[in-house]
Amino acid sequence: MNKFIRAFTFGIFALVPMLTLAASSGVHLDKAGNDLSDKESLKRGFESYINYCLGCHQLQYQRYNRTFEDLGISEADGIANYMYTGDKVGDHITNTMPAKDAAKWFGNTPPDLTLMARLKPGPDYIYTYLRSFYVDPERPFGVNNTVLKNAGMPHVLQGLQGVRTMDENGKLSEATGGSMTVEEYDAFARDLANFLEYTGEPSKLKREAMGYWVIGFLFIFLIFAYLLKVEYWKDVH
Amino acid sequence: MLANLMAWIDKRLPLTDAVNKHAGQYPAPKNFNFWYVFGVLASVVLVNQLLTGVWLTMSYEPSGEGAFASVEYIMRDVDYGWLLRYMHSTGASAFFVVVYMHMFRGMMYGSYQKPRELLWIFGMLIFLVLMAEAFMGYLLPWGNMSYWGAQVIISLFGAIPIIGDDLTLWIRGDYVISGATLNRFFALHVIAMPLVLVVLVFLHILALHEVGSNNPEGTDIKKPKGSVPLEEHSKFTFHEQYTKKYDIVDAIPFHPYYTVKDLVAIVIFLIIFSWVMFFNPEGGGYFMEAPNFEPANGLKTPEHIAPVWYFGPFYTILRVIPDKLLGAVGMFSAIIVLFLLPWFDRGTVKSIKFRCTAHTVNLAQFVICFIALGILGTLPSTPVYNLIGTIATFGYFGFFLALWVYSKNEKTKPVPERVSG
Repeated sequence: MNKFIRAFTFGIFALVPMLTLAASSGVHLDKAGNDLSDKESLKRGFESYINYCLGCHQLQYQRYNRTFEDLGISEADGIANYMYTGDKVGDHITNTMPAKDAAKWFGNTPPDLTLMARLKPGPDYIYTYLRSFYVDPERPFGVNNTVLKNAGMPHVLQGLQGVRTMDENGKLSEATGGSMTVEEYDAFARDLANFLEYTGEPSKLKREAMGYWVIGFLFIFLIFAYLLKVEYWKDVH
Repeated sequence: MLANLMAWIDKRLPLTDAVNKHAGQYPAPKNFNFWYVFGVLASVVLVNQLLTGVWLTMSYEPSGEGAFASVEYIMRDVDYGWLLRYMHSTGASAFFVVVYMHMFRGMMYGSYQKPRELLWIFGMLIFLVLMAEAFMGYLLPWGNMSYWGAQVIISLFGAIPIIGDDLTLWIRGDYVISGATLNRFFALHVIAMPLVLVVLVFLHILALHEVGSNNPEGTDIKKPKGSVPLEEHSKFTFHEQYTKKYDIVDAIPFHPYYTVKDLVAIVIFLIIFSWVMFFNPEGGGYFMEAPNFEPANGLKTPEHIAPVWYFGPFYTILRVIPDKLLGAVGMFSAIIVLFLLPWFDRGTVKSIKFRCTAHTVNLAQFVICFIALGILGTLPSTPVYNLIGTIATFGYFGFFLALWVYSKNEKTKPVPERVSG
């Protein structure tokens, strides 16, 4: 019967990982391959965000000075080159677009993007989304998106990427007419996805770095705790 | 100096006596196995939840307008706020992991049987309060899944005939889930429920120490006074409350023997806990669900509303029963039958090691059904899943019915007089 209990115990622990099988959303996502520790990429992403996204999409939970600090931008440099909204360096990264009007213009208020990388399946989603616009004359802004069907967003990056069309098999053509090559645009999207993964959880790198120390400490402590147990239990027969 | 202080206190409060009675001279069976660590681990998680909860409360804003932003404020602007929040959110899931293991241990070794029925009842009350506590806590981040999860669960009360609608209104404090609901859930989550929880845990331990701990063999370590030859008495000193009526055999003092052993278990637990918290705090979307990263929105239903994993088994039972009222009745019955377990089991042999094969098979099928119900609770509803869920629901309730039948005249193996290992 002991054998049974052991098998049982093992079985329960084997079943638990089944719970962690993530549900997939069905849409194929390309791997962004971004690197949160690449500060140059984050800076480029931040700059692109300010230039192309912030007009409509706020980062209302993220502050300028925290971003400067984490990305290694000096305060003077930050104020001069990254701050077009907000008066103080401690302000949240917001815009002045009236939400109600925006809902009329786009069908929906453009969502805040601070947490988008956590709400959607990670930076891969953002990376793929930004690269998946195609011409669709039936949509109000003339474009649709394969990742988010009937997205309300116009393809504001079309000048960079160029135009893609969809053939009858649902396959997208190569982009034409943009100022960037495909590789350049992919890198652009990767930097933005990287930046938004950062804003989703600014302490992520710190969290993981701390984790190694904490678990390392616990393993060393485990040795002493175990030796203490063995020492005391010598009395028990 | 310290001795004088203790003497001063002891004259006014039986402190030394209480510590001896419940730790240093408490007789614990010497053969506790792996399954006996989860009670201690539950206490560790309880302390974690209480402490991190206090610090989270310092920066959290319980209002429909400010709650979501204040959680992000904690995650970004409060020093180590992210750590406090992840300790609390991971702790919520960890609490249910250890409590489910603890309950399973009780079922496996018959720790609910006479004379431990009240101990089991206190444990079940703890489980019930814990579910209420977790449910209310889940609303507080005011994310969209918080909102819709609460919407689904509160609407269940609407299924009750006659008073249903008024009852849901009374629970919510509004016609929809709103800031009013959030505020009352906050009050209940940080004051009322923890208070009840701590009192129940105290009573659970007091009741345990009154009847004594069970063990994997299910044998009694308290023998009638004078029945055990002197040389077989335990060489350890136990409190006279235990020794004046009984001869204690095969026992060791809880402290230091089990405190040092439990310390090893606690450290191993903390390693697993830290691994989740530092490297996977979202628990693959099961500990923190993705739709909760956008604020509550009464106009935007998440694609697939799933309760947090620990409510899965009961949610599935609710869902597979087509009628709303019967579904709610089924769900609550699933908890009530657990309360009544000591009376469903009419057997006298406690441990699964010495009970009939039918019991082993029955318990195994119960665990399989429970886990299946839990997994199904997190998945969308489809005809195939509903069929599996229905079968598992029968398995769940069938366990209790079958137990009641075969435990009456059960063919058991001989139980050894003394603990063997």
